[in-house]
Amino acid sequence: MAFKLPGLIGGLGITFKTMLQGAVTVQYPHEKEQPPARSRGVIALHEDNCTSCMLCSRACPDWCIYIEGHKEERPARREGGRPRAVNLLDRFDIDYALCMYCGICVEVCPFDALFWSPEYEYSEPNIASLLHNKDRLGEWFHTVPEVEPLEVGAAPVAKAKK
Amino acid sequence: MSVLALEIGWGWMLAFKALVILLIVPLGALVLGYTFLLKMMSHMQSRLGPMDPGGFHGWFQLVGDGLKFLQKEDIIPEDADRRVFAFAPVIVVISTFLMFVVIPIGPVAIVANLDVGVFYALAVSSLSVIGVLMAGWSSANKFALMGALRAAGQLIAYELPLLLAVVGVVMQAGTMSLQGIVSAQQNGSIFGWSGIGNPFIFTQIIGFLLFMIAAQAELSQTPFDMPVAESELVAGYMVEYSGFRFLFFFIGEFGTATAFAALAATLFLGGWSLPGVHGLPAELLGPLVLFVKLMGVAFLMFWVRFTYPRLREDQLQAIAWKFLIPIALANIIVTAIIKVAF
Amino acid sequence: MSSTEQPVTPTNASPDFNPVPDFEVAPGMQRHLADARVNVELDTGDMIINLGPQHPATHGTLRLVVRLDGERVIAADPVIGYMHRGYEKLTEFRTYPQVTTLINRIDWLSSFANEVPFVHAAEQLMEIEAPPRAQYIRTALTELSRIATFLLFLGEMGLQVGALTPAFYGFRDREHVLNLIESATGGRFHPNFNRIGGLKDDLPWGWIAETRNVMKIVLDACDVFEDLVLGNEIFQARTRSVGIIPGELGASYGVSGSNLRASGVDWDLRRDGAPYLSYPELDFEVFTHPDGDSYARYWVRLQETRESARMVLQLLDKMPSGPIMAKVARIIKVPAGESWVETENPLGQMGYYVVSKGGTGPFRVKIRSASFSNVSILPWMLRGVYVPDVVTILASLYFILGDIDR
Repeated sequence: MAFKLPGLIGGLGITFKTMLQGAVTVQYPHEKEQPPARSRGVIALHEDNCTSCMLCSRACPDWCIYIEGHKEERPARREGGRPRAVNLLDRFDIDYALCMYCGICVEVCPFDALFWSPEYEYSEPNIASLLHNKDRLGEWFHTVPEVEPLEVGAAPVAKAKK
Repeated sequence: MSVLALEIGWGWMLAFKALVILLIVPLGALVLGYTFLLKMMSHMQSRLGPMDPGGFHGWFQLVGDGLKFLQKEDIIPEDADRRVFAFAPVIVVISTFLMFVVIPIGPVAIVANLDVGVFYALAVSSLSVIGVLMAGWSSANKFALMGALRAAGQLIAYELPLLLAVVGVVMQAGTMSLQGIVSAQQNGSIFGWSGIGNPFIFTQIIGFLLFMIAAQAELSQTPFDMPVAESELVAGYMVEYSGFRFLFFFIGEFGTATAFAALAATLFLGGWSLPGVHGLPAELLGPLVLFVKLMGVAFLMFWVRFTYPRLREDQLQAIAWKFLIPIALANIIVTAIIKVAF
Repeated sequence: MSSTEQPVTPTNASPDFNPVPDFEVAPGMQRHLADARVNVELDTGDMIINLGPQHPATHGTLRLVVRLDGERVIAADPVIGYMHRGYEKLTEFRTYPQVTTLINRIDWLSSFANEVPFVHAAEQLMEIEAPPRAQYIRTALTELSRIATFLLFLGEMGLQVGALTPAFYGFRDREHVLNLIESATGGRFHPNFNRIGGLKDDLPWGWIAETRNVMKIVLDACDVFEDLVLGNEIFQARTRSVGIIPGELGASYGVSGSNLRASGVDWDLRRDGAPYLSYPELDFEVFTHPDGDSYARYWVRLQETRESARMVLQLLDKMPSGPIMAKVARIIKVPAGESWVETENPLGQMGYYVVSKGGTGPFRVKIRSASFSNVSILPWMLRGVYVPDVVTILASLYFILGDIDR
């Protein structure tokens, strides 16, 4: 079994060169990488827009969104009009222990009440705390990034920025 | 006997030397493990290795690992042969300790300056084969058994190239005593110029390469790590060992690596000696010089370990018997001819 | 326990592999018999071991029951199903977008490529076509997932053969591709980006320039793997002539993808199958290797990685502008019918047979996964090889357990 040296020596050269090139490690938690803006980290809720239509809850493949709401009457906006009925949210929970981060709920919401945010540091020591209620979902709202511009050649976006 | 002009009884001297050896082996394992396994391997793989333990680049990692292993539960499999299982790692570590008996770290700093130093060192290093076989057999685990059988075949096969590679050095130095070999290198000369002495690596380059390859196999390191093939047998013969017993194997592995590196540095690079430095400076600088040289040799060993894939058992045996031994014999013949003729 | 009750057995490689005991068997012993396949006549010299289901060499929970004579394998029996998640049943009760999300996870390394044939099948039933820009972006993302999968393969095959370093290089270079996929789709591993009629979103600003840079990195990485692994003589000694699949036998077992091309069969669904995505408009080469051993499979995948990088660069150059979604209703009801789409996935040939009865979700989806057929050749291939070669062969076939078990 005669060995031709070059292949073996070349391999040694590569590892030696890599050793001198420095590491690519990002030392979390001292240094953190910023995920891209579209990154699916956590879902934020804009409660004012939500009308409890239940579309997101039905669309979820895991059925991890729990919604309860009730109707209330609001006075008429103009003179002589009839009172309006509005849907108010009692409960909007997303169970992140079940959530698949697929984004179908954000996509199907017709009232733009759900948004993606790249925030990912919300791990908990016990599973029950992974059920985010509507206040906590509202707190994620400040981490939602701005709508970013699209690539060259994309069709212009029809709907206006929220 | 006198060291640094102090009179010390031989009993105290012996105790002191025994203590030094008992400390050198884990310390050597620690330093080599940290530098090469944790840091050099990591940088070769574009990562950093441990950074947090101890604050500065994770120097405390292995010490912490050792403490962690010490406090673990002692698990012996139910079907295992208890006494053999417990005794196997001890044998592996004992052979490492015994190897350090003849390695000199200074002009007089040696535990026992045996006349058959090299012979003794290599003979004692092969004791670990028994420990490996005991570990594999007594584990009551088929994977462990396979690893142990592979190890037995491999370690025995590579004893011969290891020995034959050193014969050339012995012939050139004229003595088997390691102190004698070091003096021959320190006081020798290359074609009349004695600037750097006569380190045998130049004339015995083939012997050096053979020794490194055979040492790599003796240590069960890639490309010869079939007994501990991580992706197949998951630690091979060591698979049932946990806690303190596994720590023994780990110290044995890296301690033997230190011992072989020190042996190679002594045989081929001049050991503790620097040419032209004698007397008290040599006694003080000796350990440091040996340390630097052995780190250099260990760097080569671990560099190869982290780059190459592993050879299959039959290919490994073929290399030993059909390739290394004929070259070693040829090396001996050529050395003998040159020694006699010139 | 009556002795006529047979333990449940998988298919056997040889007739005398699993004898039925002809005496009363205690309940605990029955379990051991089912597990260890102990031959009660006690053949001497043979050892039966389980490689798996938890084992570093089997990529996931594959269990190989091998019968060894020393270090030689006499017979091997893959036992699959440890990761069966019931995909085909799950799809019966979900809508099309939900199914698209789930099937990302069949072959989780090349997840975008899993969605493509399913969405294509649904689009065929609806008789609509995604706009050209969507097709191009789909093709680009498919090729990116192919690159990601193959970079991991190039690294971890080195790991299985014993070299520790290539695995890290594979992961390190794969990060760039995953970042690209994440910046476009939002998810690194599970993009969930296909929709019936097109894609969910268009690309973000700067993606094309970033992709060009990453493709350069990928091509450099391929050179590194060629030097470090392919050129290494020890690797060649471990993989040459190991696990040879003859071309026709492989095709008859259903082996597909790079495994078949490495046996000399010149068959690539991107070029030879029914046209899908933008492949008819691309100019690419299909690589075959005559040997059919593990070395050939590594070589073919390395060349295909380079070719994928070149294909992505071509796609970026030719990318048309326009909408990325065809005109479809909000709630999609696919008309009744059946359709079959097969594509060249990184692991091999993947196909979906979608039966629709006009609802918002499929009635029945049959998933033809590549790894299931690739693994079926193992009993034939593993006879007479050494145990280390078993690991090399498993690594070179490159199956994913999620793909086998679904």
